[in-house]
Parts: sequence; C-alpha cells; structure tokens
Amino acid sequence: MGIIRKSADWAEDRTGIAAAIKPILDHKVPRTDWKSGWWYVFGSAVLVAFIVQVITGIALATSYVSSSGEAYNSLKYITNEAFLGNFMRGVHYFGASAMVLFVGAHMLHVYLIGAYKFPREMQWLSGVVLLLLTLAMGFTGQLLRWDQNAVWSVVVGASQASRTPFIGNILSQFILAGNTLGGATLSRFFSFHVFFIPALVFGFIGFHLYLVIRNGVSEPPEIGKAVDPKTYRKEYHELLEKDGVPFWPDALWRDAVFAVILIVGVAILAIIFGPPLLDNPPDPSILRAAPRPDWYLLWYFAVLALVPPGITTFVILLFPLVGFAALFVLPIFANKGERHPLRRPWAMGIVLMIVISIITLWIAGDAEPWSPKIDAQPLPIQVVASKDPGVVSGAQLFNSKGCEYCHRVGEYGGVRGPNLTNVGSRLNHEQLTVRILNGGNGMPQYGNNLKPGELNSLLAFLESRKGQNDKPVVADATNNQK
Amino acid sequence: MSKDTDIRINPMVRDEATAPLEPLPGIPEHVPTDYHTPTVDTPQDISRRKFLSKISLALSAAGGVVVAVPVVGFIIGPLIHTQNQNDVNLLWQSVYTNDHRGETNPQEFKLDQMKVGDTLQVNFKDPSSLAWAGVVANSAAWLRRESETQLIAYSVNCTHLGCPVSWLPDAGLFMCPCHGGVYYQNGDVAAGPPPNALPRYETRVVDGKIQLKAIGIQLTQ
Repeated sequence: MGIIRKSADWAEDRTGIAAAIKPILDHKVPRTDWKSGWWYVFGSAVLVAFIVQVITGIALATSYVSSSGEAYNSLKYITNEAFLGNFMRGVHYFGASAMVLFVGAHMLHVYLIGAYKFPREMQWLSGVVLLLLTLAMGFTGQLLRWDQNAVWSVVVGASQASRTPFIGNILSQFILAGNTLGGATLSRFFSFHVFFIPALVFGFIGFHLYLVIRNGVSEPPEIGKAVDPKTYRKEYHELLEKDGVPFWPDALWRDAVFAVILIVGVAILAIIFGPPLLDNPPDPSILRAAPRPDWYLLWYFAVLALVPPGITTFVILLFPLVGFAALFVLPIFANKGERHPLRRPWAMGIVLMIVISIITLWIAGDAEPWSPKIDAQPLPIQVVASKDPGVVSGAQLFNSKGCEYCHRVGEYGGVRGPNLTNVGSRLNHEQLTVRILNGGNGMPQYGNNLKPGELNSLLAFLESRKGQNDKPVVADATNNQK
Repeated sequence: MSKDTDIRINPMVRDEATAPLEPLPGIPEHVPTDYHTPTVDTPQDISRRKFLSKISLALSAAGGVVVAVPVVGFIIGPLIHTQNQNDVNLLWQSVYTNDHRGETNPQEFKLDQMKVGDTLQVNFKDPSSLAWAGVVANSAAWLRRESETQLIAYSVNCTHLGCPVSWLPDAGLFMCPCHGGVYYQNGDVAAGPPPNALPRYETRVVDGKIQLKAIGIQLTQ
C-alpha cells in the first residue's frame, strides 16, 4: 500500500469524513433527461457564484480600507495600481451579477415546476430568505464602492427607511450611523457586507442544502401527476427505487459543467468590461450627482419614479413587505396539486407578468424619461430655423429657463413633458401664455420667473414651431416613445 | 425490561445510530466509533438529567444575554449617543463657498459677499463627524439672500428620496437628478414626486460671518 493511500486511510479512520459524505454522493435522485436536467443547474450556479464572491471578497479585503475617509483612495489603488486589482474588482462585480441573476432563475424554475410543494416547503422558505440576503449583499456591496454614487445611495436608502411610521427616524439614523453621513457610515456597511450577512448566507445555504438531501431533489413534473401529501413520499421513494440514479456523478456532472461556464464567463466579462467605474469622491458637498443603483435594483429605481407621488410612502413600505409576505406564504397555501406549468396557468401568468414588468421597468430605469435633462445644449441654428431676433432670443430662453430640460424640439431636449416640435400648430398664443405662466400637470409656473419681454420672445419662438408635417399629434407620439 | 421497575431505554437514542456501519472499500477494518449505546436509567438518573438539562440551558441563555446586550447596545450606539448633539453651540457651523474651479475657499463666507436675490451653494462641516470621516464630513446647503436681513439655507436633500438638488439660476428652479423633483426658488415643490418643500437650516450672522445650524440630513418622515 502506497504512502498516500495509507495516509488517506489513516485520516479517514480518525475523521470518518468519507463515510459521512459517501451516502450523500451516492443517494439516489430522479433521472433527468437532456431537456429537463439542465434547468436544475441554477441552484448550484448560485452556490458557485457565492463561492467566487467569498474568495474574491477576501482578496479585495486585503487591500480595501473600510474607512469613510480612505476607502475611495484604496479603491483607486486597487483599480489602477494593484496587480490584478482591476480584474479582481471585475470578477467580484460580475460574480455578484451572476449570483443575483441565478437566484432569480433558480427561483422562477422552482416556482414553475412546482418544486416548492410538499414536502419541500422549507426549502422554498429558506430560499426566500437567501433571496433577501442576496439583495442585501448586492446593495451593501454597491455602497462599499465608496464613491459619490454610494454615499447618495446610502441617503436614498435612509430616506426610504425614514418613511416608516413611528420608527422611521430610528431606522434612518441606524442606516446612516448618526443623523448624517460620516465616519461611522461606511464601517457599518462594511461589517454587514463582509461579516454579518455572509454569516447568515452560509447558515441558510447549509440549511437549504441539508433540506435538499433530506427531502430529495424534486422529480421533473408530469402533466396530470398531482402532489398529494398523503402519498407523495411513498411515490417518490418508489420512483427512486425503480429509476433513480446516484447524485454523483449522474446529476452533478451538469452542475460541474455549468460551474465552469459560469466562472469562465464571469472572468471574460471582467476582462472585457472591467469593474464599474469609480464615480466622483464621496464628498457630499459635490452636488452634481446622479445616484443610480446597480442593474439589479435599477427596475426598483424606476418604480420609485413612476408611482404617483401621493402613494409613494405606501409603495416604499408595502411593496417589499407584501411581495416577500406573498413569497413566504406561497408554499403554505399551495403545497399540493398539479406541478406541471401547463396545468398551472395562473403560475405561468404570474411569472410572465413579473418578468415583463421587471424588463419594462429596467428599460424605463435606464432611459429615465421622468428626469429633466439638465445638460441639454442650446438649440442649434438649423433647428431654430429663423432670423427673427424675437424667435432667436426665445430659443435661447427655451434653453436657459430650463424648458428644454423637459421638452423636446426636433432631436434636442428632454422627454419629461410634451414634445414641442410642432406646438405652434397645436396651441394658440393665449393657450401658450396660460401654460407658461401657470404651469400645471407637472410643469412649474413661470409667472414669477419671466420678464414681459422674455415671455414675448419665448412665445414667438414657440409659435414659430409649426414643424414640417401636418400631423403633430402623431409626431409627438413617436417622439415620446424614444 | 419489566414494566414494574420503571426502568427504560433512553428515548434520545435512535435505532439506526446503534446499527453497525458498513465497512467502506479502501478503509481498514475499524472498531465502531459510534458510542450511542442504550443506557439503563433509574428514576434518579432521569430526574438528575432533567435538572442538568434545565440548568445548562439557563446558563447558556444567561451567557448569551451577557454577550448580546452590550453588542446590540454598541451597534445601536449612534442612536443613543449622538456626540455633540446636546451642545447646541457646537452645531453652529461657518459656511464656505466654492471658487470657480469648484474648490472650497478657506475663508469663512460673509454676509456682505452676497447680493440680495443670490442663491448659491455653501459648504460646511458636519459637527458630529469622526476624525476618519475625510471628505464625507463635508456637507452643503443652498443659501439664498432673500432680502437685506433675511437669509434662507435650504437642505440639498430632495424630500422624495434624499438625492442632492441643484440650483439652476436662469430657470430659477432647484432640480433633483433622481426622479425628476423640481422646486421653486422659495423651496416649494414645482413638479415631480417630492411630498414637501425643501427643508431649511436655521441661520445666523456672527461678526458678519454666516453660520448655519448643522442638524444633519432632514429626511421625509
């Protein structure tokens, strides 16, 4: 017997690890074919992404300084000077993206095939907790990128917490670590991102996996085969006896293949795109800022912009609460019956609706049509297309008074308000005057802000906007969709 | 085991735990390492074990509380102990303006440097900040000289979700970069989702120098 074999036998005799693991590797799981089997890799993909995050996170922590005053400089050092630092940040960013993405995919798959039903309710519940924790990691991680975007994101987070009845002030002070941003703010998020939340993630992943072994991997759903808690365990057992395959390697090989694809994919993205660029320094006195969440929360950013102002507080507080409450009670109220998606039209409809909503909100969050375009440039001469001095000075006022931030003329200006390319053929002198002076429908009143001469120039400019075609309404609609 | 002796097998022991392990290939024949053999308990044993279980759990809980209470207290410390907050005089901060390059002038900003009708950004230090806060200790406000005697210092935080509003002098409006909130020059909401007017800081003039009361970020409750 070789020395290696002898050592291994000695270690096994003293620890019994192989004896403990072998039954897990050998335990039978339902046979899957080429079509159903690959859907099962999402769960392990999340685990792989998490491991990548732990490893790259530890590496980054060796150079990151978790001090409000120094973090930004240490990030600049990691990004621009440290050997492989830029790559490491890139991997950590795309690893986080992969983790969020595959948590979503895993959850949708489990929901669609009804795998959360009896006896796997606790797997679903622990999974919902892991979803929450993953989003918390995403948010706190974005804040550790301690630039201008991060400090304002902390303020936005504290603002949302602040609207909670009774304890809003306490919550927001807890988030800020005081009554404003300061030295304690980042240390707090660092501790949560690096110690507290990951510890919870480890614990819940352990619990989640233990339950997978205990209750078995769910079999691919069959039309007409409903889950009955009275008989399910027996049927599942018989299925495994008759046609089960060992977990390793018959099921796990696909996870291994996908794990490699994921890791290589993350590395390639990190090389090609690199980590998110650092914004301005985290100086709250630099007010030229446009805080945005990373992509995985951008859809929620759009929600916050688009809800009617009167119900903002309800949405901020109740939307996440109701959403997660629904996820929590789902397996308690719907733990039996058909599993196949074709027999669960409501489930299919809900998934479709959520996916379409989130994609739409993503697009909206990226385009942000609600935001005034503060950097709009003055209209060029060919757009003004007039030598009339009143029209020309009106065009200048159109930019300087901020009209152009919200209104489009030709290809210029924001899209918050109506397109004014052809407003001259739509509204007459009096109508234009009333709108400018009184505002309304989301437009500020300009009554106190315009001198009579300025008003006349602006009117002259707007009345000259007759456009080239006779269908201003159609032109408006197409332009607003951009 | 007879019924009348009240001696029983310890119910904590699982049957399968006592079953011998199957030898694994490649592992030498070993003596079982599973010591879960049934014990024979007398009533005194059972009573003693119950007592020991209770006392162990109680002691563990007490130990947990001893650690947890100060830890929780430490974490929520910023809520309880906001340093300097009790001393109102420390909250009054001088303000500074940015020069044309965007850098902060080292000289305190004075009232006579400001024309009536001006609205400009002033910077100040957060009085409660810690030594390692660095640039994060900087704060800003929008200062407006309404008349010869009246100064207004607006919070830069939009009342919708706290993003920093910018003053657009020609348009005479404050605009928020996040969700399109717009305010008039008096701080009232002009458009967009903000629920309230811009909050204000108290101001005062000491020896010609403008000061504001830095009470922290004022968020919509």
